Amino acid sequence: MKTQAAVEISHLSKAYGNVAAVDDVSLSVAEGEIFGILGPNGAGKTTTVECVLGLRIPDAGSISVLGLDPVRDAGELHAIVGAQLQESALPAKLRVGEILAEYRSFYREPADVGELIEGLGLAGKVKDYYRSLSGGQRQRLSIALALIGRPKVAVLDEMTSGLDPQARRDTWDLIESVRDRGVTILLVTHFMEEAERLCDRVALIDSGQVVALDTPAGLAAQASGGKSMRFVPSAPFDDRLLTELPEVGTVTRNGSHVVVTGTGELVNTVILTLATSGVAARDVQLDTSSLEDAFVKLTGRHLQKEGIPA
Amino acid sequence: MNTHTLPRPKGPHPKTQLPKTQLPKTQLPKTQLPKTQSSKTPLSGTRFSVARLTRTLLPETAPRAAFGQIVRNEARLAWRLPAGLIFGIGLPVLLLIIFNQIPSFHQTQAGLGGLTPFDVYVPILIAMVIAIIALISLPGPLVTYRDQGILRRLATTPVPPSWVLAAQLVVAFCITIASLLILIVVSITAFGLDVPKNPGALVLAIVLSIAAMFAIGLCIAAVARSGIAARAIGAAAFYPMLFFSGMWFPRELMSGVLQGISNVTPLGAAVEAIQDSMQGQFPPAEPLLVLVGYALVFGLIARRFFRWE
Repeated sequence: MKTQAAVEISHLSKAYGNVAAVDDVSLSVAEGEIFGILGPNGAGKTTTVECVLGLRIPDAGSISVLGLDPVRDAGELHAIVGAQLQESALPAKLRVGEILAEYRSFYREPADVGELIEGLGLAGKVKDYYRSLSGGQRQRLSIALALIGRPKVAVLDEMTSGLDPQARRDTWDLIESVRDRGVTILLVTHFMEEAERLCDRVALIDSGQVVALDTPAGLAAQASGGKSMRFVPSAPFDDRLLTELPEVGTVTRNGSHVVVTGTGELVNTVILTLATSGVAARDVQLDTSSLEDAFVKLTGRHLQKEGIPA
Repeated sequence: MNTHTLPRPKGPHPKTQLPKTQLPKTQLPKTQLPKTQSSKTPLSGTRFSVARLTRTLLPETAPRAAFGQIVRNEARLAWRLPAGLIFGIGLPVLLLIIFNQIPSFHQTQAGLGGLTPFDVYVPILIAMVIAIIALISLPGPLVTYRDQGILRRLATTPVPPSWVLAAQLVVAFCITIASLLILIVVSITAFGLDVPKNPGALVLAIVLSIAAMFAIGLCIAAVARSGIAARAIGAAAFYPMLFFSGMWFPRELMSGVLQGISNVTPLGAAVEAIQDSMQGQFPPAEPLLVLVGYALVFGLIARRFFRWE
């Protein structure tokens, strides 16, 4: 991953009337990275990306997208940034192929439409009217339009909402293949599995502010204060064998179970150390905390209002 | 124009007039933004340099061929949702057929200045066609495009949303011209209307009428909050205007007061200018100026209040 920032947001603020939607947000997205902006509804995620796209004028702060100012250099910006926005329909009585042909003509070096719609599972829908598409198909067409100009940066706002689990996974594969071609992706989501699966780094946003910024695993570890494992030892052993290890925090016994907390390469270290003393660890269970835990811990609230089937 | 506006307003946005360097927060208090915006007049757009206007409406990054693609898709939509086509072409031809069945419609009448009712009604039907397309067909799709986020999506592409508006105007203009050609040719060939005696003046009168009515239609699209509201406003404007065009009561038979009002309504002025041209005179300045005035005033209002989001 290159170190140059593809998107640089510094001290961005935007209010609607007296309500601060975005309040002093700073973050930097590296080139070639999949960067997630995660937060509950109304946290200011969409306003942030709308400012990045030049759709809204910030009250304060500055934004640079590959060296361009989204407001001043809107034309150049839109030629190299593709966007998929929420609540953005298309004319009901145009066919998918006609819509793709129109949007393709907007760019100097557009993508190959056949390849794009194949990857999004829309190949058989070219002759269908937009109004006859399902919600998931409309969403995938929207993603296709975001990528049709071969953007250097793609901004995707809730790209998999409304997709069934299979279509969601297919879309993730497509996004990863797009990133593998060097495209930087700014992904707005409130969907955990998506952020954990796709994102290199995640900014948690709540009430217009960045509350945490790290890799998904880093955030999860940060939230749990470390890792935790439990197992049944095959033979008795002295607790000091483990407590002397730098990775181990506490060792507690719960009936036949031993619970060990710690950090770093906890699991490997514990199992190897026990093995050298002739003790096997059976029924090993890990308590891995997730981004969801991180979010609850950092904001005191749940990210999703209701469970979305993964 | 509020702070939610997309950054490609037709008028200059206060922020875009700032020097290139970002001002620190302290120099640009939020409270001053509405003030600088509200002090703008609709005419402030005339301060636009041609270069800046060109950059806004024809950015270098937008391939010109895209406009042709947009026009093609807008034409397809007009063909697939043909309410405007049916009313714009079908209704006037139907009325011609009905009028032709009435024997007295082909007899000259002193009250009509020696013209036949048929002569009087063809200009009224021309005005009606223009009004149907301008007030009923034109505003709805534009408002729907704004409602459904289509203009917003376009704002993220190199192509300005104004190109879609321009494409819709092109398509509406072509439908109007086609409808009027059918109407005039059918009137002459099938119903014995005299060939217009001053075709140059007729073209001028029709083009000015279209400009005035399209400007009013754009104005409706600019202020209406929903497609339903646009249709309601369009219909509410359509019937009074049609009355003053003489549809129910030819202008020649109106009282002095009604005729005075009719003279300053867009369709009244349109009918006067079109009728004079068909009878061989160059229309007087008054109706032409009334039409130019409507085109300018409503065009500027539309430009001032049009919201892209």
